[in-house]
Amino acid sequence: MFWESIIIALEGLKANKLRSVLTMLGIIIGVGAVIAMVSIGMGVRQKVQTSIAGLGSNLLIITPGATSPTGVRLAAGSNNSLTVQDAQAIAREIPGVSLVAPFVSRQYQVIYGNKNWTTSIQGTTPEFLTVRNFTVDSGTFFSGQDNDTRARVAVLGRTVADNLFGDISPIGQTIRINKAPFRVIGVLGAKGQSAGGADQDDMVLIPLTTAQERVLGITFLHSISVQAVSADVINQVQDEIVELLRSRHRLGAKPDDFTVRNLAAILATAEETTRTITLLLGNIAAISLVVGGIGIMNIMLVSVTERTREIGIRKALGATYYNILLQFLIEAVVIGVTGGLIGIGLGVGSSYAISGIAGWNTVVSFSSILLAFGFSVMVGLFFGLYPARKAALLDPIEALRYE
Amino acid sequence: MRTSIILENITKLYQMGDSEVRALDGVSLTISDGEFTAIMGPSGSGKTTLMNIIGCLDRPTSGSYRLDGQEVAALTDDQLAVTRNRKIGFVFQNFNLLARMTAHHNVALPLIYTGIDKKTRHDKASRALAMVGLANRMFHRPNELSGGQRQRVAIARALVNEPTIILADEPTGNLDSRSGEEIMNIFHALNRQGRTIILVTHEPDIAACARRIITVRDGKIVSDERKER
Repeated sequence: MFWESIIIALEGLKANKLRSVLTMLGIIIGVGAVIAMVSIGMGVRQKVQTSIAGLGSNLLIITPGATSPTGVRLAAGSNNSLTVQDAQAIAREIPGVSLVAPFVSRQYQVIYGNKNWTTSIQGTTPEFLTVRNFTVDSGTFFSGQDNDTRARVAVLGRTVADNLFGDISPIGQTIRINKAPFRVIGVLGAKGQSAGGADQDDMVLIPLTTAQERVLGITFLHSISVQAVSADVINQVQDEIVELLRSRHRLGAKPDDFTVRNLAAILATAEETTRTITLLLGNIAAISLVVGGIGIMNIMLVSVTERTREIGIRKALGATYYNILLQFLIEAVVIGVTGGLIGIGLGVGSSYAISGIAGWNTVVSFSSILLAFGFSVMVGLFFGLYPARKAALLDPIEALRYE
Repeated sequence: MRTSIILENITKLYQMGDSEVRALDGVSLTISDGEFTAIMGPSGSGKTTLMNIIGCLDRPTSGSYRLDGQEVAALTDDQLAVTRNRKIGFVFQNFNLLARMTAHHNVALPLIYTGIDKKTRHDKASRALAMVGLANRMFHRPNELSGGQRQRVAIARALVNEPTIILADEPTGNLDSRSGEEIMNIFHALNRQGRTIILVTHEPDIAACARRIITVRDGKIVSDERKER
C-alpha cells in the first residue's frame, strides 16, 4: 500500500510537471543556500583557525606597559620594564614553560648593493623558530653562540630576500642594517599574511644581543614570547608569569607594568565569532528554506482544491482517510526530498564555484548536508500535512459534486 | 432469495442555511440479491440521496440500513470506504474517470485500495475491460474515447472488484440514445450474471428496462412496481 501511494503521488506530480518543478525550486534554493552559506562560514572559521595557530601554538606574549583602563599610559611596548633577566627567570622558574623567546624590534632600512628595503629588524634567540612556528628554507638560523658573541649575522624573511636579492642566493652575502654590515646566513620559509593582514615574511632576524647592543642601543625587551608545554596548563602558566613578573618588578600595590596576551584565548574568541557568522549565514539561508516550505503548502492547497473531484472519485472507489492522506503527504515529501537532493548538488557546486571564482575558502561539511536535507524532508512533511489532512477529510459526496 | 439491502424508516436531513431540508422522509425499502431496480423521480425528489445512502457514501440521519446484515450507520468513515470498495460498484452520469490515466489504469484503481498485487490487478482490469467490449482500447486515455466508451470504462471499473451491487446514477444521461442502449444491454448482461443493479434515472424509457421501478417524490416512496418477465 505504501509503495502504491508513492507511485500515485509521483503520477500526481508528473501530471503537473512545471508546477512541481517550480515548487521544488523553493526547496532547491533553500537547501542550496544553507549548504553554500554554511560552507563559506566554515571556510572563514578554518582560515582564522589556521592563521592563528600559525602564530605558534600555546603561545603567551608578554609586552611591557599596562592595560589599565584609566590614567596616563605609555603605548604598549614603549615602556622599558621587561628585561632579558625577566625572560630567563620565566624559563627557569615556571614549570609548564617549554620555550621562551625574548624579542626586540625596530624599523630600519636594509641595503644590499644598490637596492634598499625598509623592514622590521627583529632581535631574538634561536627559540624564536619553534615558538613562532617558522622554518628555515635555506641556510641556517643563528645559534646561541652567535647570540653570546653578538655576531653580525642575519636571517631574512622571504619578502625581504625577494626584494633585495631577486634571483640571487642571499646566503653568504653582506647586507647593511643602519650602516652596519651583516652576513646573511639563512632565509626563512614563507608564511604569508597574518590573520590581521600583515606580511609575516617582511622582517630580518638578528641575534638579540646584537640587536640590543649594536643596533638599537637598548637594554630592555619589546616582548617575550612564551610557549607552554600544552593548552591545558596555559592559563596556569599565564597566572604564574604575572605573579613572577610582579614580584621581580617589585610592584607591590601598583598595577601591572606589563601585559600577558594569551593566543589560546584569542583563538577561542575568534572561533566563537566565526561560529556566530556561520550560524547567522545558515539561519538566513534556513529562512529561505521555510519560505520554500510555505510554497509547498500553497501549491498543495491549490492542488487539493483542484483535485477535489479526483479525491471524491478515489473515496467512492474505496480509498480510506490514510490512503488519501498518504497520497498528498508523499507528494509534498517527494517535492521536499527531490528538491533537497538537487539543492545539495547546487549547494556543493556553488560552494566550489565560490572558492574557485572568488577565491574564498569554503568547507563543505557532511553534517551541513545532512542537516539541510533532513530539514527539507521535515519541511515537506510539516507543510504537506495540513493540505493532505484537508484532502483526506473531504466528504466524498461533496467532493464528487465539486465542479 | 437472499435480501442484502434492508432500509427501515430512513430519514436524511440537510442543513441549508437556516432551513432544514428533509431529503428523505421515512423511507423503508428492501432489495433482494439479483434484482434490477430503477429508482425514479424528478430532480430534488431525494433519489440521489437514497442512492448515496444505499451506496454507503452517506449515513442516514435516523433509521436503520443493513447491508449484508451489517448496520451501516454504525460504521466509521474508513469502514464505509472498505465496504464501498468490496461490495459496491459505482457508475456516474459524468463517468468520473481520472483524465490523466489510461482506461486500464482507471479500471485497476479500486483494486489498489483493496490491496491486490500488481499482476492480479492487471489481469482483473484487462478482463473487466474485455467484458465491456473495450479489449482493444485499454491503454487509451478517457479523452481519446467516445462518451459510450467512457461509460463502459466506468462500468468495467465498477465491476472489477466483483461487487454484488452496482449502483448507477443516470448512467445514460450524457449519452446519445444508441450508446445509452449499449450501456443498458451491459447492465442487463450483468444482471443475468446475478448482480444486483440499482439504477437512478428520471427517464421513463430507461426505467422501463428494469424489472422493478421505485418512484420517489419529496423524500417518500410513492410507488413500487414489479414487472413480471
